[in-house]
Amino acid sequence: MYAIDYIDPGTPPSQEAEQVTVEIDGLSVTVPAGTSVMRAASQLGTQIPKLCATGSLKAFGSCRLCLVEIEGRKGYPASCTTTVAPGMKIRTQSPKLDELRRGVMELYVSDHPLDCDTCPGNGHCELQDMAEKVGITESRYDVGGKTHQGSPKDTSNPYFAFDPDLCIVCSRCVRACDEIQGTLALTIESRGFDSKVAASQAESFLDSECVSCGACVEACPTAALSEKSLIEMGRAQTATTTTCAYCGVGCSFKVETQGTKVVRMVPNRDGKANQGHACVKGRFAYGYATHPDRITKPMIREKITDPWREVSWDEAIEYTAREFKRIQAKYGKYSIGGITSSRCTNEETFLVQKLVRAAFGNNNVDTCARVCHSPTGYGLKHTLGESAGTQEFSSVMKADVIMVIGANPTEGHPVFGSQLKRRLRQGAKLIVVDPREIALVRSPHIEADYHLQLRPGTNVALLNSLAHVIVTEGLVKQDYVAERCEEDAWRKWEAFIRDPKNSPEAMESVTGVPAAMVRGAARLYATGGNAAIYYGLGVTEHSQGTTAVIAIANLAMATGNLGREGVGVNPLRGQNNVQGSCDMGSFPHEFSGYRHVSDSAVRAQFEAAWGVSLEPEPGLRIPNMFEAALDGTFKALYIQGEDMAQSDPNTLHVTAALSAMECVVVQDLFLNETSKYAHVFLPGSTFLEKDGTFTNAERRISRVRKVMPSLSGLEDWQITMRLSNALGYPMHYNHPSEIMAEIAALTPTFAGVSYEKLDRLGSIQWPCNDQAPEGTPTMHVGEFVRGKGRFYLTEYVPTQERTSSRFPLLLTTGRVLTQYNVGAQTRRTANVAWHSEDLLEIHPHDANVRGISEGDWVGVASRAGETVLRATVTERVQPGVVYTTFHFPESGANVVTTDNSDWATNCPEYKVTAVQVVKVDQPSEWQKRYREMTARQRIERSDKKVTAA
Amino acid sequence: MNIEHLVRMANDIGAFFAVESGAQAARDIYSHIRRFWDPRMRKRIVAHYHAGGEGLDGPVRDAIALLAEEEPQAAASG
Repeated sequence: MYAIDYIDPGTPPSQEAEQVTVEIDGLSVTVPAGTSVMRAASQLGTQIPKLCATGSLKAFGSCRLCLVEIEGRKGYPASCTTTVAPGMKIRTQSPKLDELRRGVMELYVSDHPLDCDTCPGNGHCELQDMAEKVGITESRYDVGGKTHQGSPKDTSNPYFAFDPDLCIVCSRCVRACDEIQGTLALTIESRGFDSKVAASQAESFLDSECVSCGACVEACPTAALSEKSLIEMGRAQTATTTTCAYCGVGCSFKVETQGTKVVRMVPNRDGKANQGHACVKGRFAYGYATHPDRITKPMIREKITDPWREVSWDEAIEYTAREFKRIQAKYGKYSIGGITSSRCTNEETFLVQKLVRAAFGNNNVDTCARVCHSPTGYGLKHTLGESAGTQEFSSVMKADVIMVIGANPTEGHPVFGSQLKRRLRQGAKLIVVDPREIALVRSPHIEADYHLQLRPGTNVALLNSLAHVIVTEGLVKQDYVAERCEEDAWRKWEAFIRDPKNSPEAMESVTGVPAAMVRGAARLYATGGNAAIYYGLGVTEHSQGTTAVIAIANLAMATGNLGREGVGVNPLRGQNNVQGSCDMGSFPHEFSGYRHVSDSAVRAQFEAAWGVSLEPEPGLRIPNMFEAALDGTFKALYIQGEDMAQSDPNTLHVTAALSAMECVVVQDLFLNETSKYAHVFLPGSTFLEKDGTFTNAERRISRVRKVMPSLSGLEDWQITMRLSNALGYPMHYNHPSEIMAEIAALTPTFAGVSYEKLDRLGSIQWPCNDQAPEGTPTMHVGEFVRGKGRFYLTEYVPTQERTSSRFPLLLTTGRVLTQYNVGAQTRRTANVAWHSEDLLEIHPHDANVRGISEGDWVGVASRAGETVLRATVTERVQPGVVYTTFHFPESGANVVTTDNSDWATNCPEYKVTAVQVVKVDQPSEWQKRYREMTARQRIERSDKKVTAA
Repeated sequence: MNIEHLVRMANDIGAFFAVESGAQAARDIYSHIRRFWDPRMRKRIVAHYHAGGEGLDGPVRDAIALLAEEEPQAAASG
């Protein structure tokens, strides 16, 4: 069932420009050509009865309820499949139409239970609504006849149930799986009266190919497919529009609630990022918000070996402020710092960096984007002039060639992945650049034209060879380059890339990709029409991460693929507010809007607004903070919503640095891995408990709206504010909208943003200012933000992380669909039904020579450390490469990764670690210590009970 | 700050700019470090340079020399 406040127009909108005027029930309406009669009627407020039609799916014309009369036409055409024509006169109600509709409804009702009062769909069931609308309360047909009632229910999926008794076989679920999600997991099995919905080959939903996106559940007009929460709790009373707290797609949702309890999350069909779609995380995995593991009271301890002691907010804040002041007095004002979170709102990250710069008096602020997309910021700023992706997601629907590099959208950004697949099914060409055979390479109705299965760590070599082909084969868009790019830099780059050392043939031994395939892919990218690049952490998390981003921008400029719809350079951001946290001035060298702290004019603006003198020198990045901590010059850290002890590389190094600090403050939902090294724990709030905004990967700013009170009593921005006040730097905001007003006043790209405008428009893509008062969907139109685009030389420099006889395999890391980042949220949901542990993928050849079978425990050792995982043997990885995820702390994936990092930004090289893998029969030494330390974590509750955390 | 780590960071930066001519590479490396490194890191690597600069690659050494020319200023603010 769709959201309780959604008015269904019945069919999707038409994109045609031509307008057509028709008359419906005597009223005139003008709509785009290609619009269905049903949708046109909806525009007049007339809801034509329907069952098989819904606004998110193509018209199907099977239920025969939506019949209309059209002047001059014979019969009673279905209004969903009939499109408007100039001058058409339509009647939606007549005695004959009423009779026909009643006849149809009687047949539906004859095979449907009539116990509406006890049905979870009661009050929001389309069958019930239609029966009422056409005046049917009972059927003339014998209820003792053959029916589908009494069929077994499928409750295998943790989040939704299928009750065949309630199914009217309208095919909306099947079409939703096909058209929206693109998994094609559902079908109508058998024929005629025996027709029924089946998952895969009549398997249970859980065992089938279903990815649990919930599109079928939402499309269902009855309660046949229903959320279990809806069955349990009943219909919600209120729907509130908010933004998902998971990946960088930033889906818009309707949170349906009864009082302060969430009944279900339904994607917002008006949401511009997701257009009514969702994934298994966003739609279903919100239960962590009320999980018993939530810490809701502040806690302190003097030593990390002490038990935690619950205290009041006043005591926790005063203790923290006292410690920070003591440490600064003893070690200097540069001895403390703060970390902002990409899982917190723009307003919250802005306040943390303000706290550091204005209250701490230094620039030691950084954000978790350091370890994911910091190279994107640097690379795109230098080449194009702005640290952000160039398009909106819907731009992909105008792309003719799509190149996916180092990203796995169907797992990491599933809602965009579905949109991308829709475009591919329409015929767009696909180039995948990835060491693994990700699902996009081959899945139902999708097959990559080129899979450039390169060796980990050779992105730049491959990108250079693609550019070499484009330059040497005369495929450069010369007029575009001449008009839009710096001439000197272009000439220099053109000569550099033309060098035979960059040819596919020369690079084949480096990348492992046959030269002919590289040449074919380059020709396709350069000549196939609108070409768009989408990339992820497989590009950035390398020692040459920034170089690769620059090389991507070079490719797009050389082929003229920037500055219009259907093209562009598009980073897929890992966390929901990575873009926003970077925009808000979370990096140690820049204020909000990416302006360097050394710019005296910018600094003067902030000094005037904040009433303090600000530092003109950059502060420490996260890895620099660790180094300084080990050096004894960095002693305290305020960490908002990041679990660096699990997510950052070389765990032993990270935990040694945290252990060397005198006051580590963790503000989070749960006692995470970092909190084991913390002295203060400040309980944070989930996205359901606060107001604010997130900015997604397409620069779209969307509202987060509070639907339940903060379990800890304070929203995260309020905690930061109280800490600042306790430190003696006053902050007084009554609502996050006031913080946004300050952001807008100080940040040119946000100058036109306000909560009032966000409420009015739904969302805004920055830049939003006088030149673009309603935002900027496509960047660099006409000219680049920096003026002329700039080519940079991108020499391939091999990573220092090399295989050897001791470490002969390359480990690369990534994510799975059902888990999110460090798993703190998703591990505390039923998503563990799909992924309950991190596995090591190993190729059959490498497994065979090591005597490793499916499910064996294997030791994974690198130059940094050693851990033990269970193996899964698969050809998804190539020989010589192994792969794992990092969603479970006990896996210790980052015990193995090294502290190699990107040259420009220090983004860690997660994607290349030389390892050896051997069969073992016991956990690693690190895992034994980890378990002991976890067991030692204790909380002294205020009611004196002592419990393990 | 661990000087081996800083030297490695500087050399990694140098590897990107090495494709430029020597003088230009040194200026670019200097500019990058000046723009992104915390003053205590700059101060430490300048001290290392004055102590012989072991491990610093060619243009990187020249870049640190440029940094050393303004070190008193950097030290004052750091």
